[in-house]
Amino acid sequence: MTVLAQGAQPLESTPTPEVAWSGLLPLLVLAGAAIVLLTIMSLARDALPRWFSSIYTALAGVATIVVAVPLWDRVQDRLPDGRLDSFSTLDSSYGVDGFSVFVTMLIAAVVALVALLADHYLRREDLDGPEFYVLVMLSAAGGIIMASANDLIVLFLGLEILSLAVYVLAAMHLRRVESQESGIKYFVLGALSSAIFLYGIALTYGATGSTNLVDIKTFIANVVLVDDALLLAGFALLLVGFGFKVAAVPFHTWTPDVYQGAPTPVVAFMASAVKAAAFAGLLRVFYVTFIDYRTDWQPVIYGLAIATLVVGSLFAIVQTDVKRMLAYSSISHAGYLLVGVQAASPDGTSSVLFYLAAYAFMVVGTFAVITLVTGHGDARTSLDDMRGLATARPLVAVALTVFLLGQAGVPFTSGFLAKFYVIEAAVDARSFGLAIVAMIAAVVAAFLYLRIMVKVWLEAPDDERPDPVAPIGVPWGAGAVLVITVGFTLVFGVWPQPVVEMARDALPELVRG
Amino acid sequence: MGPAVLAADLGFPAIPALVLIPAVGALAVTLVPNARRGVHQLVGVLFSGTAGTLSVWMMVEFDKDMAGFQYVSRQEWIADLGIQWLAGVDGISLFLVVLTGLLFPLSMIAVDPGHDHKPYYAWMLVLQAGCLGVFVALDLFMFFVFFEIVLVPMYFLIGKWGHGNARYAATKFFLFTMLGSALMLVSILALVSLQSRDSGTDLTFDLVAIAENLAIGETTARWLFLGFALAFAVKVPLFPVHTWLPDAHTEAPTAGSVILAGVLLKLGTYGFIRYGLYLFPEASHFFAPLFLTLGVVGIIYGAVVATMQKDLKRLVAYSSVAHLGFIILGTFSLNTQGLQGGIAQMVNHGLSTGALFLLVGWLYERRHTRDIAALGGLQKAAPLFAAAFTVVMLSSIGLPGLNGFVGEFLILLGAFAAHRWWAVVATVGVILAALYLLWAYQRVFHGPAEGDNAEVKELTAWEGLVLAPIVAAIVFLGVYPKPMLERMEPAVDQLVAHVETSLGGEFVEPVPGGGRTGSFAELLEETHAGHTDADDDHGDDDEEHGDEEAGP
Repeated sequence: MTVLAQGAQPLESTPTPEVAWSGLLPLLVLAGAAIVLLTIMSLARDALPRWFSSIYTALAGVATIVVAVPLWDRVQDRLPDGRLDSFSTLDSSYGVDGFSVFVTMLIAAVVALVALLADHYLRREDLDGPEFYVLVMLSAAGGIIMASANDLIVLFLGLEILSLAVYVLAAMHLRRVESQESGIKYFVLGALSSAIFLYGIALTYGATGSTNLVDIKTFIANVVLVDDALLLAGFALLLVGFGFKVAAVPFHTWTPDVYQGAPTPVVAFMASAVKAAAFAGLLRVFYVTFIDYRTDWQPVIYGLAIATLVVGSLFAIVQTDVKRMLAYSSISHAGYLLVGVQAASPDGTSSVLFYLAAYAFMVVGTFAVITLVTGHGDARTSLDDMRGLATARPLVAVALTVFLLGQAGVPFTSGFLAKFYVIEAAVDARSFGLAIVAMIAAVVAAFLYLRIMVKVWLEAPDDERPDPVAPIGVPWGAGAVLVITVGFTLVFGVWPQPVVEMARDALPELVRG
Repeated sequence: MGPAVLAADLGFPAIPALVLIPAVGALAVTLVPNARRGVHQLVGVLFSGTAGTLSVWMMVEFDKDMAGFQYVSRQEWIADLGIQWLAGVDGISLFLVVLTGLLFPLSMIAVDPGHDHKPYYAWMLVLQAGCLGVFVALDLFMFFVFFEIVLVPMYFLIGKWGHGNARYAATKFFLFTMLGSALMLVSILALVSLQSRDSGTDLTFDLVAIAENLAIGETTARWLFLGFALAFAVKVPLFPVHTWLPDAHTEAPTAGSVILAGVLLKLGTYGFIRYGLYLFPEASHFFAPLFLTLGVVGIIYGAVVATMQKDLKRLVAYSSVAHLGFIILGTFSLNTQGLQGGIAQMVNHGLSTGALFLLVGWLYERRHTRDIAALGGLQKAAPLFAAAFTVVMLSSIGLPGLNGFVGEFLILLGAFAAHRWWAVVATVGVILAALYLLWAYQRVFHGPAEGDNAEVKELTAWEGLVLAPIVAAIVFLGVYPKPMLERMEPAVDQLVAHVETSLGGEFVEPVPGGGRTGSFAELLEETHAGHTDADDDHGDDDEEHGDEEAGP
């Protein structure tokens, strides 16, 4: 800068905003780790052991969590005037508050788990290489940006970084046509939804004169629009964009096909991290920014939630493919999360965060089991292939049962408490009808989990198949994932206080500078 | 029920131990290697029996003059939402705790599951812990958690060790009961949230704190009551949501049926008393005619359908529908006699129907059929077996001198005072019970024995040993029910008083008879001991109320 200032001619220098590097650190660690991995592997691939990428990525995830901890501490501090010490950087376009740090940690944890899970899978499918890990880390970085975005353009950048990586991940299995199909389908529909989302941003910008969420919020609070059609149209298009990413009905149609075709560890990542990032963005935009317009968007989310719950749970029970079943189950879980969003209250937000955390661990665990069971080529995904798992691998069957019961919302699992908090938030917001629909949908969805459990525990392996009980090895990576996820589901099912407190303290805030 | 005082004390946290012993036992069974067959049963019975012994000890030490909760234990759980571990027993739950404590080890001794012993005993212990948890819970969250968790072990017990169409029955059972409790969760949350708003207090799930200061509006309370009632009605099961019961009972393994009939159905009737009447006195009174009607319909319907059954186990299952109808009738009579009879009948039904299911199970082991038409003349080859069946069956019918009579008599007494015509119709059910059970007995045990029936194995010493305590209890409670009734009475009186005060004069306890209105326990006391306890004398209405309000 000094050199420029001394220059002879006056430069038209663009003022660059202040950067609070500490706030960006988790993002930088993760994105940096991805690039470093790419470099290392292109230089010294043969010199490194095969498990290197997996362990490296897991450690990168852990490192991201570690650097996020001081941030978490900082944003929990109270300033002298009683506000939380949340801050934003990059000209108020990247916010660091309890909410974004919470989601950052969650996404990083998912990255670590998926990396451990993927190691064996990639070798089994002969897809060895750093690409998977690099893409997962980049995609997760996009998710972190979404959770922290204080500006619609930044949010869109995050969304695209996240999505583009996942499109490729979905199509990663080169030798499976289903995987290719899933990638294309996800890409085409995803690109369309991104376009709609971008158009929503444009309309919102047109109505409010800014893409910055802080400015938009101030504008909405201070200006009474005579004609708010443009703004409402913007809301609608943004909601469609989010609806696609979270797989809310009626924007869910891609989900079953993509879940069925994509490599199973990728599905685990999609169902947990992508969902978490999309819900974080949704809350940031609608709950935090558009809160003064909640009477306009709450009914829409109410309707989406009901449609999502009903369709998700009803369609799930008629499926015969486990991955499709879980796809519909993930749709109905999105419905629950929408119930929490609809409450538009601090309780609702923390219930969504708790739900996301609980669900992320359960769903990664579930897909870890599916990864083991489906065998070479991801071929054995039909419900009948689950037969007799309890005989072949009792411990894996126990783990799967914990996840299924957790997703069904049986007490003493984190899944029960997740549902409990969401329903509590809905009841507190006096949405009794929605709460009742949600609970009835839970019963319908329970049938789906029971169907899988029946196959696992109560039916003998099919003897007519050439290889009835294929020896299912449990590699160390998947084993570690199962231990961690079962532990999380059970421990926080009985003693949820730590996570509850974190979710309660992780409130989103829009602050300038 | 007033501030809970630690009246009886065993010197250690009895209730947490009671719930945790079976839970730890389940873990222990899981960790025992598959070395020898008997080991799992031994470990299971050991833990289950320890819990049973503890429950008996609690009954002995129970302060029978106190109406409030005893052995109360309290521990923060999820502080943010005011959720705590809050447990205690009073006269209403005490005997259900004991029943749960004893029926489990007995049924674990009584029948061998045949395969997969380790998970079987582990699930049984989990089930016992869950049931005990429901009966001792005094926090709405804790209650719901235990109420819901019992589905999982029962699902696996029916599904894995059941007969015939077990998977269908297990799934049906799970979904039916889950549907009921789904709305209860919404009701619980709405109750807690509205209560905190209307009374201006912090969120709390403490049953006593909410019930004693219910601040929500009348209409709201009625809706919330219905949310609870549906869950309990499915569990009881009341007509017309009973359809899961015959399937579940018939397909369940013997021990599963014993526990299902003996303990699990009581979760519903207990829920009606503890969470229906106590939390929503006005709504309970308002909806009493509905539930009385459903109860009576259940009595008649259960009896008629039971008469028509070809399968012995299904017959016993339908008889449960009828018996549970009686309990509902007593509960919604809303007077001391009816409630006492209802609670006594819960225990009696647990004993007699539990024993009936055991006997039917043993019969099935011997003959591999439960088809009444295929059986006949069994008493020639197995007279002791027939004798045991007779005693248990007569108890189920309600023969004076056996326990069933005490409960049914009190219920009809209470119901007659409260709603005369319902009681009259229900009495027909007593006659029908005699009809279907005696007719079934006649077809199975009398007549000529042919084929395999002639060589059916006699009751073994081991089976006799299991049956002996149940039969002893059946006879003892029939001849001398005072120890049971007098422990119940303060709590029941207080509950009825609570209903009366909550309704503020709109409701006065319907007391049987005009002038002389002693309780059954007192009548017995007079007959047996020949003296009247002045303190316990309820004399007339006014005195009674004064007595109860002055309570603890």
